[in-house]
Amino acid sequence: MVIRASDRSSVRPATPGPESGLPVTVRDVRVSFPTRGGGRLVALDEFSMEVPAGSVTALIGPNGCGKSTALRVIAGLLTPDRGTVELDGGAAPHPGDGRVGLVFQQPRLIPWLSTIDNVALPLTLARVAPDERRTRAAEALSRVGLAAAVQARPRELSGGMAQRAALARALVSDPPLLLLDEPFSALDALTREAFDSELQVLWMERPLTVLLVTHAVSEAVRLADRIVVLTSRPGRAATIVPVNLPRPRPVALAGDPQAAAIEAQVRDALAEVRPAELVSWTEGVA
Amino acid sequence: MPGRWRRPLASLASLAAFLVAWKVVTVLTGTPDYILPAPEVVVDRGVRAISSGILWPHLTATLAEVVLGFGAGALAAVAVGLALGKSVVVERALSPYIVAAQAIPILALAPLLDIWFGGGLAARVLVCALIVFFPIAIATMVGIRSTDPQLTELLRSLGATRGDLISRLEIPSALPVIFGGLRVGVTLAVVGAVVAEWAGASTGLGVLINIANQGLFDTPLMFVALVWLAAIGLVFHGLVVAAERRLVADR
Repeated sequence: MVIRASDRSSVRPATPGPESGLPVTVRDVRVSFPTRGGGRLVALDEFSMEVPAGSVTALIGPNGCGKSTALRVIAGLLTPDRGTVELDGGAAPHPGDGRVGLVFQQPRLIPWLSTIDNVALPLTLARVAPDERRTRAAEALSRVGLAAAVQARPRELSGGMAQRAALARALVSDPPLLLLDEPFSALDALTREAFDSELQVLWMERPLTVLLVTHAVSEAVRLADRIVVLTSRPGRAATIVPVNLPRPRPVALAGDPQAAAIEAQVRDALAEVRPAELVSWTEGVA
Repeated sequence: MPGRWRRPLASLASLAAFLVAWKVVTVLTGTPDYILPAPEVVVDRGVRAISSGILWPHLTATLAEVVLGFGAGALAAVAVGLALGKSVVVERALSPYIVAAQAIPILALAPLLDIWFGGGLAARVLVCALIVFFPIAIATMVGIRSTDPQLTELLRSLGATRGDLISRLEIPSALPVIFGGLRVGVTLAVVGAVVAEWAGASTGLGVLINIANQGLFDTPLMFVALVWLAAIGLVFHGLVVAAERRLVADR
């Protein structure tokens, strides 16, 4: 299902959000979790970063570096031990305030609700009137090209369609900030590429601030304006790599020498921060 | 044969086979009616019991006990099961009493409840409710605990209240398991009704069995009561299954 920007000019939501999204500032955040042994595991420490208004920022780092933890702190799902998160210079988002759209690695659709009821869930929980939430959920579904699957049950959707529905659910309350937690890692390569292309169209149509957590370097280069590389645990922003490539970026970006140079830069940064156990076993042989 | 008739035909065929087998046994063994009456003798006795009017007070009494006892027991069980499922502290505090109450045979408890609650309908409803309670409470607890934590996190991220979580996620996701408990519970309600009637009552199908047995040696009438008990169990079980189909199947 390919969607073109021109198809959707008439489905702007009734209440448009801020024109270019809102900036996020994270300052000196520390997050730790209790361990079984009674100690504390420090997931993030001295973690600071900026997500400029209207930009797409990718957060990349080795497994277990606290990428998802950082996203949960910014979403207001997790209170840090220390440090602050500011949305547009003010208070951090908190659950239910409609200022954040969140897409997880799994679609997390409620199995007994139709697609449209799943997409309308944020509005239902915000006690929006039934008529208005149906209209807005239908709009969100057509924005992600799922207008035909309104009444389908989640089990009838393919993996890619289910993840689109999850994206529509994140967009339905028209948040100024969209947080994506490895949203494509469960999809096959082709579906992923199509998804990447459509996301870009979506962002060009109505810019919003996006933070994308990923461990795929090529995906980060294709989608992001800036790539923030995290150190291994405890996570801290080590390097920021700007991606100044024109949009929309094609699938065959890997052939572009400029893109290849950026990818190499990110990989080098990642190689520096990788945890000891990931050092190749051949290096110790010679 | 059109597919939609297959299932009712299978039910009818098995009923017919059962009746034929019953009849064959009575004929081959020559068993007298006061030990094992033939099916047509029971049917004849049932028709007379209805037309003479002796069946109705007993049937309605048992029906009232089953409906009220199952309703009250199921409601209480879902509420308590929800609390058990949501809170480990509540489970630790309450489950010994719930298990102990279940371990004491209801047969031994019924006379006591009859004394405490004045031997009226309330006492018999309580026995029904008690016997129904355990399977439904445990099923609800297990169902609530099996809620997908990823969906819980999703709802929390959307600002769901405690009430939202219970009504929009936990109860609906536990529903298939709760219905398993309800199916067990509804048949136990019939057992509870008869036990309660034996502990002290003047009407009810359990009482009718005692009357037929002790005073009259009217074994066909005992069978009539047994058939009605089975029918009540089947009908209510069928209602629970129908409700389950409406609420759960569409997933």
